[in-house]
Amino acid sequence: MEWLNALVQGTLLGGLYALFAAGLSLIFGVMRLVNIAHGDLIVLAAYLGLTVTSAIGLHPVVAMVLVVPAMAMIGYALQRGLLNQTLGDDLLPPLLVTFGLSVILQNGLLEVYSADPQKLSAPVLETASLPLGPITVGVLPVLTFAIAVAVIWGLQWTFYKTALGRAFRAVSDNQDIAQLMGLNKRHIFGLAMALALAVTAVAGILLGLRTSFDPASGGGRLIFGFEAVIIGGLGNLWGTLAGGVILGVAQTIGAKIDPGWQVLSGHIAFLVILAIRPQGLFPRMSG
Amino acid sequence: MNLSDYTVTRTSPAARAAAALGAIVLIALIAAPWWAGRADMRLMSELFLYLALASLWNLMAGYAGLVSVGQQAYVGFGGYMLFALTIFGGLHPIAAIVVAGLLGALIAIPAAVLIFRLRGAYFAIGTWVVAEVFRLSFAQVSALGGGSGSSLPVGIVKSLASGRSARESLSYWLALGSAVLVIAAVYLFLRSRRGLALTAIRDNELAAGSLGIDIWRTKFAVYVVTAALTSLAGALIFLQKLRISPDAAFSVNDWTAFVIFIVVIGGIGTIEGPIIGTLIFFLLRETLADLGTIYLMVLGVVAIVVMLKAPKGVWGLIRARFDLQLFPLGYRVVRHISKKDT
Repeated sequence: MEWLNALVQGTLLGGLYALFAAGLSLIFGVMRLVNIAHGDLIVLAAYLGLTVTSAIGLHPVVAMVLVVPAMAMIGYALQRGLLNQTLGDDLLPPLLVTFGLSVILQNGLLEVYSADPQKLSAPVLETASLPLGPITVGVLPVLTFAIAVAVIWGLQWTFYKTALGRAFRAVSDNQDIAQLMGLNKRHIFGLAMALALAVTAVAGILLGLRTSFDPASGGGRLIFGFEAVIIGGLGNLWGTLAGGVILGVAQTIGAKIDPGWQVLSGHIAFLVILAIRPQGLFPRMSG
Repeated sequence: MNLSDYTVTRTSPAARAAAALGAIVLIALIAAPWWAGRADMRLMSELFLYLALASLWNLMAGYAGLVSVGQQAYVGFGGYMLFALTIFGGLHPIAAIVVAGLLGALIAIPAAVLIFRLRGAYFAIGTWVVAEVFRLSFAQVSALGGGSGSSLPVGIVKSLASGRSARESLSYWLALGSAVLVIAAVYLFLRSRRGLALTAIRDNELAAGSLGIDIWRTKFAVYVVTAALTSLAGALIFLQKLRISPDAAFSVNDWTAFVIFIVVIGGIGTIEGPIIGTLIFFLLRETLADLGTIYLMVLGVVAIVVMLKAPKGVWGLIRARFDLQLFPLGYRVVRHISKKDT
């Protein structure tokens, strides 16, 4: 029964990791950009949530109404102002510029919010639980998983059923020909980053509700998101959800064996999958 | 105009002058224990070790196209091996440093086989996962202090050399020696056949492959050799610090972020770049370090601006202006002015 519990808790945790990963997966799919600062942007969103809740007194979940558009605007500005200049055949500029951005964000957060761990508080939601047959699950993890499924469904729908999604797929397939068809790729990339950071905002708030965070916790979140993307296979959002779930389950089962092994066993699961199936479980495109 | 009027040469007057000047500076640096103070020697040791790390990262990213954000894996591994081999293996610290380098190469082999499956930027994050696995694994080893780390026992420190000043001189010379070793190794490697293959891969992977260069094997060799030398530098770093903990040993800021900034600001893909970058980095640090987090933000902004506006860094600007190459890697055609021409 304890093992079943670990399995269920791990699956629900996987929803959060899928949310970390969805933004990463989206921008890689559209513009082949790997954003090293992604984890720090998640943490930035959590801090924005903290500011909104403490300044206006909003419930953290309601605070998303403000934080999500704010992060989307930051994303559009970041892409148009900085990241578009780095795109091209050379791999180095986007990697090193986002790495520099990561250091700037971390230290900026340190300067503004100090190194003390913070947490978003939602007294009822944090502790509420549901009996589910022989085990009990928290309402917050269930809500997180439901949001993850909804977000991924929404991204999938945007990608394949809307004009914006068609533009995303067009620039992803061939940037030059998409330009010839009247798409402004700089604008499209900006919109893709805005959408990615909107998802990141949701992930950041849910992270802040679940655990405490500090300015240095971005790197770890980037790695979890990245592992979920690779396990699931590049370019497949539902695969990313599956990757998040596998990572979450590996972590809770590792923690069950020895609390010190939680994060390590997630990494080991990732390396094992890399060894036996390097293209991931459900790949849609090659890296 | 006659073909015999021309010869192909690698060197140039500037390179010869730089070599002579470099030799003089090196002799002065070797003699530092007789003219420099204790604090200066410590600072210079740190500078040499950063120079070694930066030159190695530059070899990987600037020449082999392997952008790693996880070299702290080998810095920390080397440091921990120094502690483990001296405390439990009873090795002399200097022997332990050499063995740490060899073990670094050994552990890099399986790591490379795994992460070489990832392409481009995903390779970068893969290296970070490896570093995290190392950090979390060493945090589990309670004999080495677990998560809180341990100190190098006094007896081992004393076995290095008798007397405090002798120890300090020796550890200074080791740091200087490691920087010289790394730069010489990178220079000689890049002038060799394999180095030429590596430069070809950097310039055009497809064309290099079609000329029969084994791309995977060349990159693999670079990764493993870099890991060995990075572990060596890591062992030396923690011989200076005398204390190790997982967070300090596998710090992404200290051993990767700073190193990347050094190479980017100095000039990626040149041997001179990391040397200039290290000098700039220490100059900035000694003047701005009081600013703390602001200093790091400034460093990040400078690195971004350099990457966007002058992607070849400070040395790239100098080279474009004066056509200098202090470490001659390429060949140039020189015309002899013979008597009958004039």
